Amino acid sequence: MQPDANASPFGPNYVPVAPGGRAPGGKYPWATHFGTPNVQTYAARFGMWLFLSTEVLLFAGLFVSYAVYRYLYPQTFALCSRHLDLSLGTINTLVLITSSLTVALAIHFVRTGKNGMATGMLIVTLLCACAFLVIKYFEYHHKFEQGTLPGRFYTYSGIQTEGAPMFFALYFLTTGLHALHVVVGMSVLTWVTYHVVKGRFSPVYYTPVELGGLYWHLVDLVWIFLYPLLYLI
Amino acid sequence: MSSATVEALPAHQPGNTEEMPAEHYLNDGKTVFSWLGTLDHKRIAILYMVVVLLMFLVGGTFALLVRLELLTPGPTIMDALTYNRMFTLHGVIMVFFFMIPAIPGIFGNFMLPLMLGAKDVAFPRLNLMSWYLYVLGAGLGIWGMINGGADTGWTFYTPYSSMTPTQILPVLMGAFVAGFSSILTGLNFIVTVHTMRAPGITWMKMPLFVWSIYATAVIQILGTPVIGLVMLLLTVEQVFGFGIFDPARGGDPVLYQHLFWFYSHPAVYIMVLPAMAVMSEVVSTMSRKNPYGYKMIAWSSLGIALVGFLAWGHHLFVSGQSTFDAGAFGVISMMVGVFTAIKVFNWTATLYKGSVTFTTPFAYFCGFLYFIVFGGMTGIAVASVSLDVHWHDTYFVVAHFHFIMVGATIMAFLAALHYWFPKMFGRMYPEGWGLVSAVLIIIGFNATFIPQFLLGNMGMPRRYYQYPEQFQALNVASTAGASLLAMGFLIIAIYLAISLKYGKVAGPNPWGSHGYEWLHTQSPPITHNFHGQPVYPQAPHDYTGPVEGEVTHAA
Ligand SMILES: [Cu+2]
Repeated sequence: MQPDANASPFGPNYVPVAPGGRAPGGKYPWATHFGTPNVQTYAARFGMWLFLSTEVLLFAGLFVSYAVYRYLYPQTFALCSRHLDLSLGTINTLVLITSSLTVALAIHFVRTGKNGMATGMLIVTLLCACAFLVIKYFEYHHKFEQGTLPGRFYTYSGIQTEGAPMFFALYFLTTGLHALHVVVGMSVLTWVTYHVVKGRFSPVYYTPVELGGLYWHLVDLVWIFLYPLLYLI
Repeated sequence: MSSATVEALPAHQPGNTEEMPAEHYLNDGKTVFSWLGTLDHKRIAILYMVVVLLMFLVGGTFALLVRLELLTPGPTIMDALTYNRMFTLHGVIMVFFFMIPAIPGIFGNFMLPLMLGAKDVAFPRLNLMSWYLYVLGAGLGIWGMINGGADTGWTFYTPYSSMTPTQILPVLMGAFVAGFSSILTGLNFIVTVHTMRAPGITWMKMPLFVWSIYATAVIQILGTPVIGLVMLLLTVEQVFGFGIFDPARGGDPVLYQHLFWFYSHPAVYIMVLPAMAVMSEVVSTMSRKNPYGYKMIAWSSLGIALVGFLAWGHHLFVSGQSTFDAGAFGVISMMVGVFTAIKVFNWTATLYKGSVTFTTPFAYFCGFLYFIVFGGMTGIAVASVSLDVHWHDTYFVVAHFHFIMVGATIMAFLAALHYWFPKMFGRMYPEGWGLVSAVLIIIGFNATFIPQFLLGNMGMPRRYYQYPEQFQALNVASTAGASLLAMGFLIIAIYLAISLKYGKVAGPNPWGSHGYEWLHTQSPPITHNFHGQPVYPQAPHDYTGPVEGEVTHAA
């Protein structure tokens, strides 16, 4: 079963390549150290899920810190939570959920061969991500003006109970790390969009679109947990 | 034997003057780029080997400097701040840049695909990137050590680490980046084990090395992100003073300890599980016997990975933990001992009625058995809350973890180095010198750390620059032991370097091993590992009958 550079045992849609190699538009680049292209797709998905699990654990450390300090300062945390802009937070949640829907649709369209629609959906996703960051910017800006900042930068006189700077430390850490992930996700999706436009993906080969989408769902999911913890309770 | 077996390569016959194979991965490309840009898992393993050995040299040198400083009760060769930097440097380098990547990075990378009958790991480019991240991390760490140099110890405990006048930031970043490397390696290995197994290799037919490396990879993936976060939080603490761990701002330094040990206790198993992985292979080959209780050895690796995640609180017995918590963590810590004991009994039972060849790897196996039993038993002792209160932060703990973590890992590292040296480089090392240095190292290790057990029990605290007069004799003994150790390593370095070029040509299977990695490959293997796709009808380490094509001879 030594692959010939021109012929593939899986049909003309599957082009044997070296690890990480590229295939001509729309064909599946089968890295020949994998037994079959199916195994390769499985490996890629599985690897992505493992990577996402490391992301979950990264945030888990922050969630634990949040839990500890919420337990230590329950009243202060409730009070500070009321101090965040609930409407902006809610809008941002809706924006992100929408972007998750559009990225899912983009994968669907690539799988059904509608690359034009897929490009559109990816662009909507990217616009949503931008909107999220802009709204986040306004929220941050407000806090900088008000002085509701972490640790030694805390100058706000409205809440003087113990632990208030800690709430904002955690607020900035969690949302900051999340925003960083939004930026990374946007870069990934921009790369994906570029290659969708270039015609690299097709119903035969769409793994990177799928993986990019998975990453974006994770970014969304983290926010789904942050939103109630910071804004609602 | 069924005819489905790809023609197994003939075993090496002693006394032959064989030639090195004409084509192998080492001579496939001679340019610098053919190494630095390689996607071949075997070449990446060699890249790891170069840097890991360099790190070992640096970390070891600083260990010697620390021991020299402790030769006399007062100042000996350096001032107190330098001393603090030295032991921090020793700890950081040995933990993050030597022990964690050593066996998975070198032997995991090299052997995993060979043992699974695969051409490569699942993600070769990720594999190379992982090495670059490791080099970047190590570079950052060492650069940071030269410029400013942390003095916090490798644990970076708050609040001191957020107040220290030294520069801990580059060192933190170095460990952070190396963590990414560790995650990527683990991820790669897990996916490889799931997707790259050759026909015939079912889960319960994987070599025991693979099982243990798999368990290691699980810890790498689940633990390392948390230490990454801790490093980020420390950075924020240092640069912006967020106060997460600062009591003056309502923060809790004990939270730091919890988060830190949530990774750093399982990290001990990132170091020890690969050691166990190597030993399962060595013991079976060298006693020419099927491993006793294959399934138990395999499952206990996963057991250690699981229980290891629930034991971290034993580092906080004197940090204001509740009595109940301390008791619970103590009991769970002892359960690690149960899984380890399962392995120890199985290895020992494997030897029973085996046909033992007392080679250098086997000598290290004996050393390993001793260190893991002795170190493990002292581990049970320090997991008992009442005893630990007495021993906490003394040299007893230092000696304990050097026995179990370093002793076991070093034994396995050297065993692996000798056991797979013929596979990796196609040549043999001198057996006599191998045994001499093994004896030196095992005795040296004992001479270094047994005095430290005694010192700790007498109450000498760890990390102190000066100590009372009455502790000097034992400290001198410890330093003398350390120089014996250094001598052993020096001999190994010399004869392995000579063997690389002038060693006797090994042939494909000098040990007559039935381990999968020896069966269908030449030594050193060709770039794509196998001619065609090998199949594996036999269980791994099956010595009940000869392997097809093998010429039976006394190994
Ligand atoms: Cu521990």
